[in-house]
Amino acid sequence: MNTVIFRTIAPLIVAIMVVFSIYVMLRGHNEPGGGFIGGLIAASAIAIFGMACGVPEVRRAMRIDPLTFAGVGVLIAGLSGMLSLFTGKPFMTSIWLYIEFADAEVPLSTPLLFDIGVYLVVFGTLSAIALSLEDERDGDN
Amino acid sequence: MGPPIDVSIALVALAPFLAAVMAPIVQRFVGSAAGWILAVIPASIFLFLASFIEPVTHGEVVRASLSWVPIQQLSLSFLIDGLSLMFAMTISGIGTLIIIYAGAYLAGHEHQGRFLGFMMAFMGAMLGLVLADNMLALFTFWELTSVSSFMLIGFDHYRQAARRAATQALVITNFGGLALLFGAVLMHQLSGSWDMSAIRVGDLQLDAHPLYGLVLALFLIAAFTKSAQFPLHFWLPNAMEAPTPVSAFLHSATMVQAGVYLLARMSPVLGGTDMWTVLLMSFGGVTLLWGAFAALKQTDLKQMLAQTTIASLGLLVMLIGYGNEAAIAAMVVYFIAHAFYKAGFFMLAGVIDHEAGTREITALGGLARAMPVSFVAAVLAGIAMVGLPLTVAYLAKEEMYLALQYGGWNLVATVTMVLGNALLGAVGIAVAVKPFLGPKVETPKHAHEGPLGLIAGPAILGIAGVAVALPTDWFGHDVMVPAASAILGEQIESHLTLALNFTSPLLWLSIATWLLALGAFLVLSRARSALRRIDDTVGYSFDAAFDVFMFGLIRGAGALTRFLHHGRLEIYLVVVFTGMALALLVPLFSMNGLEALMPPEALGDWRAVISWPDLTSYEWVVVSIAVIGLVALVVAQNRLVAILSLGVQGVAVAMLFLLFGAPDLSFTQFMVEILSVVILTLVMTRLRLDERDHRPFEDALRDGTIALLCGFGVAATLMTIIAGNFDSSLADFFLETSVPIAHGHNIVNVILVDYRGFDTLGEIAVVMTAGLAILALIRGRRSVAGTTITPPRDPANSEGVKG
Repeated sequence: MNTVIFRTIAPLIVAIMVVFSIYVMLRGHNEPGGGFIGGLIAASAIAIFGMACGVPEVRRAMRIDPLTFAGVGVLIAGLSGMLSLFTGKPFMTSIWLYIEFADAEVPLSTPLLFDIGVYLVVFGTLSAIALSLEDERDGDN
Repeated sequence: MGPPIDVSIALVALAPFLAAVMAPIVQRFVGSAAGWILAVIPASIFLFLASFIEPVTHGEVVRASLSWVPIQQLSLSFLIDGLSLMFAMTISGIGTLIIIYAGAYLAGHEHQGRFLGFMMAFMGAMLGLVLADNMLALFTFWELTSVSSFMLIGFDHYRQAARRAATQALVITNFGGLALLFGAVLMHQLSGSWDMSAIRVGDLQLDAHPLYGLVLALFLIAAFTKSAQFPLHFWLPNAMEAPTPVSAFLHSATMVQAGVYLLARMSPVLGGTDMWTVLLMSFGGVTLLWGAFAALKQTDLKQMLAQTTIASLGLLVMLIGYGNEAAIAAMVVYFIAHAFYKAGFFMLAGVIDHEAGTREITALGGLARAMPVSFVAAVLAGIAMVGLPLTVAYLAKEEMYLALQYGGWNLVATVTMVLGNALLGAVGIAVAVKPFLGPKVETPKHAHEGPLGLIAGPAILGIAGVAVALPTDWFGHDVMVPAASAILGEQIESHLTLALNFTSPLLWLSIATWLLALGAFLVLSRARSALRRIDDTVGYSFDAAFDVFMFGLIRGAGALTRFLHHGRLEIYLVVVFTGMALALLVPLFSMNGLEALMPPEALGDWRAVISWPDLTSYEWVVVSIAVIGLVALVVAQNRLVAILSLGVQGVAVAMLFLLFGAPDLSFTQFMVEILSVVILTLVMTRLRLDERDHRPFEDALRDGTIALLCGFGVAATLMTIIAGNFDSSLADFFLETSVPIAHGHNIVNVILVDYRGFDTLGEIAVVMTAGLAILALIRGRRSVAGTTITPPRDPANSEGVKG
């Protein structure tokens, strides 16, 4: 498994997968995709990275503990629902903003924020589990 | 004008809770003077409530209501009528004296602030209980009294006896609390209202209803547990483990009277039937005599008083059960009289304990010279307990005997009441006289009069026991009549008088009671040893039975846990999947789902039904991949091969989803399959499982059967659902509104993040929590394995040792 080819190509695959996962998440509202799938893709990328380069390397590269991502994700998702309380609407009523940027119209919304939260939870939880299983000496750090 | 009446009445119940939070802070700044400062709160509640005497005397009922759960039409409604006013004023009035007393009694105690906080919280719960009109509010405050009394009884938590007494009180009164909740819900179902005032005046003919017996039983269990009626009386004497201020408060006018209050409150609805009268009078009567005789056995002042409290509670219950006009009037007057003298006595027991160093009545004597004020207070309380003229208790006893006269001199009731009163009187004489008169006995501490904070309470209560009775007309008209009328639901007249009428049989009964009391006092020590001998020969008590019950409960719970939670994953899985198979198959067969799928008449020529599936070539390829994966999984000898085969099968299913137009689903399925293969493989290597899966034939047969049943169940259920009429209204709604109101074309995603966003929020929280649990398991496993190598050490510490 731990061949030179795999180790050389893995970072490239990982980078592509992470970018792709973000793309899948962002387009989710109108095309197949979404936060859940995006998170799964990104978690797979981390699992591959761990197999190729070892868990300590991955943890160094991530800088933040994967479970922190999950926690922040739940927080973002919850807070995105609370934003509507400031407009006098019930919890989790969506708010949409269309911003003109260059020539395109960029739709920003609380469901998008919510989806980012979902992405982070799935990504964080699954990569934490995968890394923990991959690492023989996990927990000593 | 201050705040509106609604808010002020609610504040009466809520202010003590605020004070409870403040108490430790106040105590930190002012030390033991905190008692005097905190007493301002109950005192002002008392004065505020006093302003309602005037309207309530004129038959007015003051209501206040705060919105609580508007959707359920629940409101925090309070009601002040004669009954609740009498209880609330007694609670706040005695509460004021107790708080002052507690400030002095626990002076210098390191947790005095906490103690005062608990006391205030308890007082708030009690005030809320008697003022609440809504049954759910009543239940909430009822449980709050249980919880706060648990804190108070177990205040000396380092003593095992105190912990046990607190637990016992909590278990028994909470059992009653549950009964109250059931009773309240049932009452709501029958009457349609949560408000007791509405139920009382409503046209509910409960006594003719078939459920009357059940409702009555539930309310009686609630009241009897709280008010320590036989045979659930034993928690009360044990609760004497609490510091004396607690006993003085809980067991005179508050905690234990909550049950009496409930009975009085409910008597217009539940009362008036034979069942009510017989149950209340027999339980009350037995409790009265049981408590009275048990009091004779004791030598500890607090224990003697505790047993007489049980007896008094029995007497009150008996009077409510009797239910005629005079009996209710007697109950009201006796409640006040009892609160005065019992709180006073308990406080005096604490003063004696505090100043002389013992509460053993046999080790006390001749304290009158050293503690003159206490002696006077004790004599006043003793006179009240015997029921001599010029006291409130005398009025109570006259009313009791009048009730007997109204009831036609029922022999059993008459004997019980006279005997009970006489024995209580004997104990009263003993507690009032024995420690103070006679030859001086050396006490552990050199006895002297207690400080002002300690003796103020008993002195005031002793004087009040007489002073309140002297303006008899006022007492009858302004205190007794409103309360008794509120209980009876009709206006009554006061005929209380202090005048002695020697032609009346009532007076002669009283004289007989006094003589009996004096006689019993004179033979007290002989009676005590005789009763103790009987106790020794029986060798069995309700208290011991409680321990046996609790021990059995714990053992039973342990056995049940070990049975259900045995820790064998294999069995868990078998149980879960068998349950799943049953859940799928039983409805399928019992509701004829299978016949709808395959009509029996069509089964005759099954050749006509079966046809070659109409699939395209690439669909055939995908299906066969799935089948190959499945077969490989079953025949695989190697675990790794099995995991990969499962992945192959899953990927094939994902491709099917793609072909049949569910790209989102298939996309997710692909990722899930890939990650499951990775994670399962990692788990396998991590747990160092055998490469080969050894499974005995029986196990394989069992697992295979369950798997087939589950698979068949899922497939058949899905096919039945598809064959039925599909209600597409929800799907149509999503299709129509997805773009206009949710701005998204991908309906699956829109449902996940917008329409059903709240569900998703819950799900991702579960995902994260499950992740935490899995990490804990993985790391926990490692630390179990690691303990044999090196125990974890703090690196900084070992550095320090070296340095």
